[in-house]
Amino acid sequence: MTNLQMWTYAVVGATFALYIFIAIKARASTTGEFYVAGKGVHPVLNGMATGADWMSAASFISMAGLIAFKGYDASVYLMGWTGGYCLLAMLLAPYLRKYGKFTVPEFIGDRFYSQTARVVAVICLIVASLTYVIGQMKGIGVAFSRFLEIPFNYGLFLGMGIVFIYAVLGGMKGVTYTQIAQYCVLIFAYTVPAIFISLQLTGVALPQLGLGSMMSDGSGMFLLDKMDKTLTDLGFAAYTTQKGSTLNMFLLTMSLMIGTAGLPHVITRFFTVPKVRDARSSAGWALVFIAILYTTAPSVGAMARLNLINTIQADSIAPDTTHNLKIDELPAWFTNWEKTGLLKYEDKNGDGRIQYVGKNYTGTDASGKVIENEMIKVDRDIMVLANPEIAQLPNWVIALVAAGGIAAALSTAAGLLLAISSAISHDIVKGIIAKNIDDKTELMAGRIAMAGAIGVAGYLGLHPPGFAAQVVALAFGLAASSIFPALMMGIFAKRVNNTGAVCGMLAGLGTTLVYIFWFKGWLFIPGTAMAADNASNWLLGISPGSFGAVGAMINFAVALSISSVTAPPPEHIQHLVEDIRVPMGAGGAVDH
Amino acid sequence: MSDAQKYWQANIRLVIGCLIVWFAVSFGAGILFVHQLNTITILGGYPLGFWFAQQGSIYTFVALIFFYAWRMNSLDRKFNVHED
Repeated sequence: MTNLQMWTYAVVGATFALYIFIAIKARASTTGEFYVAGKGVHPVLNGMATGADWMSAASFISMAGLIAFKGYDASVYLMGWTGGYCLLAMLLAPYLRKYGKFTVPEFIGDRFYSQTARVVAVICLIVASLTYVIGQMKGIGVAFSRFLEIPFNYGLFLGMGIVFIYAVLGGMKGVTYTQIAQYCVLIFAYTVPAIFISLQLTGVALPQLGLGSMMSDGSGMFLLDKMDKTLTDLGFAAYTTQKGSTLNMFLLTMSLMIGTAGLPHVITRFFTVPKVRDARSSAGWALVFIAILYTTAPSVGAMARLNLINTIQADSIAPDTTHNLKIDELPAWFTNWEKTGLLKYEDKNGDGRIQYVGKNYTGTDASGKVIENEMIKVDRDIMVLANPEIAQLPNWVIALVAAGGIAAALSTAAGLLLAISSAISHDIVKGIIAKNIDDKTELMAGRIAMAGAIGVAGYLGLHPPGFAAQVVALAFGLAASSIFPALMMGIFAKRVNNTGAVCGMLAGLGTTLVYIFWFKGWLFIPGTAMAADNASNWLLGISPGSFGAVGAMINFAVALSISSVTAPPPEHIQHLVEDIRVPMGAGGAVDH
Repeated sequence: MSDAQKYWQANIRLVIGCLIVWFAVSFGAGILFVHQLNTITILGGYPLGFWFAQQGSIYTFVALIFFYAWRMNSLDRKFNVHED
């Protein structure tokens, strides 16, 4: 066993022991504890748990890579996935906390006095959450197979087993306290390599400032200028300038923000704090903890890409390739990642060295032939996972990245699974099928639903549907076009009634689904797309992933206009809305 | 107008004010006016529009939520609708 593997086993093993210890300490004994941790979580701790809940394998592993390869255009993810918390804090969280029930569909069903509305919300919740879980499963598998070099499925079973222990035993209570621990692990794992690399490249320890600083290589250039110059010299697109259309960037950012605020597993976290005012500040704390990672990610992306290019091109961007990385002198990380299929090269010109250039490169070799790109695959996930190795950081730092990636994936998976199982046991079993079951039976139903959800998620992780990569657009589209508008109107538009709300949700949902399926295939079945998924076919250049914002507008418009021509909601519903608008009396809404 | 209506109106005004800032730093500075702002550099070598898109908007979001929470808590007290 190598030194790196020993470190990885030690670090990952220690974090797992910690999660199991918490699971045993935080068992749930009532449905209140199982669904909302007894509404007794301190707002700062809830903020931390929300951070882990929200930051998934995608945030931890993939986002910096997205930024590395898209540069400025990837800002949509940075703004979209953080700006949603403003909407959550100001438009939803305090009011839903005041309402004081257990699940998101429950509020929608009660406020619009309609089982149909509740069922539509449950379906959106389950589809959005399940599609999200698949990505977490993949993240767990990748982390295990690369860092511990054990097969993908063993890694998956181990991860599922850990989640099973603390989620089935502890419900929201167990999930909350493990998420707090997982946040600490993942943020430490993310920022430590970032600080090292920022110091190496710029001499500035804070990565957020390092990105704007002067290179410490004596070139006298700012890092971002160097990045732009290196990329354009090598025939790649410039880093800091815009490549996509402004309208599409605008709508994608809006969709991600609204979608973030409408994702049930995030909203549910704000049901766990003791008071309405805690829900407000807790959203702020959540964003503080999220911002630590999200403001570090741009530095990690830019610096890792610069390091990768410099390693291969050896700082020579002229047609002269005699300094480039030699194939028989590849560093260990290169061959290790090559084994996972995330990196691939092909020595097209047979010079025994690798050339890494962009599409627009026109430089020629000694014989006058245009130099081709020989890095035929550079998976964007490499940017975080291999970053510490490329920068030649110590082994314990590399081991941390493995533990951090697994923590990010496990914490999000647990939050999503909890949202699914609560919807099944509370909204379907208790709300529709068997209204008279007692607390103990419902708790048992919750545990069984959780075990079932873990099983389904594990199955989907082992046999990911071919469309796994496409479905992120679907999750955000569903949340943005159906759940967010319904919740917001439920609080802010007293006049919206059951007919309006249901028609609005179905109209928003329907148009968004049709638009996504039109370009990605009906139910993502290959070959059934009605038009090729590219900018020239899109309506006004709006990509399927950006359509959630349009769906939300349609939802608002339909719900408001239909409600205005049909009967207003009954008296007791109007009182309900007035009641949730004031914080007073929140404590008594539900017994602890 | 009843106190409950006044409280709700003050709340709506506060939310609208906050959302204008929210929109201005992200959609405004980060997307719509990014080219114009990029001619200015701050904090060393950050083009201003790029900085707003990848850093500044996020810091503003955090500050906004705490500002909102602080203002709402004092509104709750002023209209006597606070908890406990």
